[in-house]
Amino acid sequence: MTSIPIAEPTDTASATRPALVVTPTVPGRGSRRWRPGRVLAWVALGTVLGVTLFPFWWVVRTGLSNTKELTTNAGSFLPVDLTLGAFRRVLGVASTQDAVAQGGSGASLNFWLFLRNSVIVATLITAGQVFFSAMAAYAFARLRWPGREAVFFLFLTALMIPPIFTMIPNFVLIKQLGLLNTFAGVVAPYFFMTPFAVFFMRQFLLGISHEVEEAALIDGAGRFRIFSRIILPISSAPLATLAILTYLQAWNEYMWPLVVGQREDVRVLTVALALFRQQTPQGSPDWAGLMAGTLLAALPVMLLLLVFGRRLINSIQFTGLK
Amino acid sequence: MRLPASTVPPVAPRPAARIVRGVGWRQREGLAAMAFLAPAALGFAAFFLWPTLRALYLSLTDWDLLSPPTLIGFDNYVKLAQDPLFWNALGVTAEYVVLNIGSQTILALGLAVLLHRLTRSMVIRGIVLLPYLIPNVVVALIFLWMMDFNLGVSNEVLEWLGVGRIPFLSSETWAIPTIAGINTWRYLGHTALLIFAGLQAIPREVYEAAAIDGASEWRIFTRITVPLLRPVLALVLVLTMIGSFQIFDTVAVTTRGGPENATRVLYYYIFERAFNQYDFGYAAAICTVLMVILAAITFLQLRLMRANQSDLS
Repeated sequence: MTSIPIAEPTDTASATRPALVVTPTVPGRGSRRWRPGRVLAWVALGTVLGVTLFPFWWVVRTGLSNTKELTTNAGSFLPVDLTLGAFRRVLGVASTQDAVAQGGSGASLNFWLFLRNSVIVATLITAGQVFFSAMAAYAFARLRWPGREAVFFLFLTALMIPPIFTMIPNFVLIKQLGLLNTFAGVVAPYFFMTPFAVFFMRQFLLGISHEVEEAALIDGAGRFRIFSRIILPISSAPLATLAILTYLQAWNEYMWPLVVGQREDVRVLTVALALFRQQTPQGSPDWAGLMAGTLLAALPVMLLLLVFGRRLINSIQFTGLK
Repeated sequence: MRLPASTVPPVAPRPAARIVRGVGWRQREGLAAMAFLAPAALGFAAFFLWPTLRALYLSLTDWDLLSPPTLIGFDNYVKLAQDPLFWNALGVTAEYVVLNIGSQTILALGLAVLLHRLTRSMVIRGIVLLPYLIPNVVVALIFLWMMDFNLGVSNEVLEWLGVGRIPFLSSETWAIPTIAGINTWRYLGHTALLIFAGLQAIPREVYEAAAIDGASEWRIFTRITVPLLRPVLALVLVLTMIGSFQIFDTVAVTTRGGPENATRVLYYYIFERAFNQYDFGYAAAICTVLMVILAAITFLQLRLMRANQSDLS
């Protein structure tokens, strides 16, 4: 992530505006910057940022602490009895003896397995959903066929239906197909499309000029060739944005995998973490271990933000204004 | 992507292409469309359309998944009207939505205006968005720890301040406000960025004119920002409120409906009915009611806020 301000249209507009219009405000600028109101505004923004970031620090601080010692110094801002023990417990590289000595509960979190499951589920969903939704969007945006608008409207109405409404019959369907506790079952409802993904890609494809396609058609290229050789490459930016959003959503999903993917070999991280907390005996959860686990589960997402920060932020702003 | 106008003869390519492709192009285009649509249509039919119809049907049945469903007409809905747990769930959910959306929207509006007036930094926007990106389950676990009665940092601070400890998630009075607060923390930045996008759409000239006229920040906020932002605010309210009604993850991880039904929100109640008690028909009936409520709220809000009319045009 960089701190270079993004070039919104409004920026360039004000930059190219004649100096005449800007001048009246200039004399006030210097004094204006340090007006008490402005200082107060920065203090308010700083407070929001502090409140936003503090829990993350607290997770790190707790994860680096010794669970046994946490009780003696619950309010310490820094890690209590600094140790990597909790991370070692979660990653399965600590001996049971060490783990129990540091307040581990003995309940184990098979972290690597659940991480693998999360990666498999999120990757499958992203690949399938983005590709098939882009195909459907192409049919809606670039091809003419009878009933197109009606079918698209039908797709959109699905946006209005709360997920739990379809979840019950979907669970029954997956059960009847014998796909409970399989990756296919966990992935299925999101693999082929979501109304949002189709809508998102259609919006972009509508904006591509017709000449590009017409030229290829005259040259005798088929629709699939045009789609894979022309449309997909042109759309790489929105495809990437959609892929990131889909991946995030798949990674964070809890309710559906909880219902269809309880068994260990397909259990994803979110389900595993919630279960891990329920397994810890009443009264003395392994807080350091739990916080180390949550931090590791949130890490991939934070990496996404770090790498694709600007794209993500801009896409969030777009999705709200659909 | 778009070629400069001068290099392309204005009308020529399209008719030419049609002539080249001859008579069957329309059918061929239709066939191609079907092929492109096939996978998504399969997914839509299997996991959106069919389950929607099936859920409506199930809501008219009594079904425990073991024996075939028996049609019982509107009995589920009659039962629903007399079910104290359902009314409790509705009330608890409403309390949560009011607290969550109220605090979240006001804070987000403030944060959006701050961002708009102070900085264009992507780093700051990134930090603000961070809580929205991490899993609900993780957020719930973090706050479960921070709000812990004995060891949570919030209670350490409260004790240090001399206020005394508060059983945030284990008391009937505090549980819902606490959960509402947790999700306000999570969604604040996201909501703020949605509003922020709306702020950027307001022409800068309006603000410059106000500044030249010597209008105070507060006056600018109440007389310019809020009125011009109304359509965006309406949309954001609809989106966040629909999301807020569907609170589940946080409850499922922290309180699991307790203490004493105090946090048994609609989603959690439906979930329990379906997947713990295998009362699928009844659960589907609650789902249907929830869907009607959400549709009504959307309609009402858009009507009240006159979302499709902007003062800008």
